[in-house]
Amino acid sequence: MGVQKEANTDSTGNTSRPDGAPASRWTASNEQLERYSRHIILKEIGVKGQKKLLNAKVLIIGAGGLGAPAAMYLAAAGVGTIGIADADEVDLSNLQRQIIHSTEDLGKAKVLSAKETMNRMNPDVQVNTYRTFVSAENIMDLIRDYDFIIDGTDNFPAKFLINDACVMAGKPFSHAGIIRFKGQLMTYVPGKGPCYRCVFKNPPPKDAVPTCKQAGVIGAMGGVIGSLQAMEAIKYITGVGELLTGYLLTFDAIKMDFRKIRLPKADGSCAVCGTQPPITELIDYEQTECGGI
Amino acid sequence: MKIVVAGTAKEVKDGITIAELIQSEDVEMPDYVSVSVNEEFAERASFETTELKEGDVVEFLYFMGGGC
Repeated sequence: MGVQKEANTDSTGNTSRPDGAPASRWTASNEQLERYSRHIILKEIGVKGQKKLLNAKVLIIGAGGLGAPAAMYLAAAGVGTIGIADADEVDLSNLQRQIIHSTEDLGKAKVLSAKETMNRMNPDVQVNTYRTFVSAENIMDLIRDYDFIIDGTDNFPAKFLINDACVMAGKPFSHAGIIRFKGQLMTYVPGKGPCYRCVFKNPPPKDAVPTCKQAGVIGAMGGVIGSLQAMEAIKYITGVGELLTGYLLTFDAIKMDFRKIRLPKADGSCAVCGTQPPITELIDYEQTECGGI
Repeated sequence: MKIVVAGTAKEVKDGITIAELIQSEDVEMPDYVSVSVNEEFAERASFETTELKEGDVVEFLYFMGGGC
């Protein structure tokens, strides 16, 4: 089954390529020069970097605690095409942290609520919505057209699926997790550093490791870690600075302690990114949380 | 002997195993923690038998599944 993309409106007025995407979202209009002036003045970004952002495509899987701030910062930054995938509707218990959604959005599809917020923030951005669970069946179709993937999911089967699909498709992605007062993230770039499966091997059994629904999470943690995921996407797109490839960045808000842990190098033995990987097909593990993503 | 655990220098008994360190450090979810020693992954099957050495640098890597 393919992935059905919901209808989108391109508000930039750019001419379209045969695939429907505009040739460039950078118009050098006064409006764009003003909107992105704080980026353009940065020597690391400049007009060249802003063009890269406007012409980039990022997919966010999960419009929740991590995906919400990531989506908002990427939209504000002018990432020209943002895909967002989530099967859920906005629930009252989401609003303590999922700041892309508001009280009036209760019951609305999260992808629609997210799209409306992003479009209000920045009409330069084309938002593609995918109201679906990610699965072994659809994830390759989902990630195919995107330059960078953000894992904002809430369960281990989805996190392993995203890792494996990105490894197999040669796509870079940011992994993250949050719970209670803690969060962590790492970045995978094909050919550089270990993947998520290098570190964690296999998903834990269902209910062996608590979820944020079971254990709670401080709302601002999604803001901290989701924003860092957006930062990794922006750095990857613009080629600025060092990514969290080969590192796990952990944050303990109780101790107010960030640690950048150097991970072991990928040694070729990984079951998916290794030299002779036994995993060559995607796996749908069981277990979802918060209705599932 | 001295080793470094999660970025902090610690005094531990000579020849402490990874399994003993996991217990003494009161590691959360010990059955599911990943461990690196001197930036190499330690195999879970060898936690009981791998003895740490003076100056080893140990990191505990935890599953964190939340995101919703």
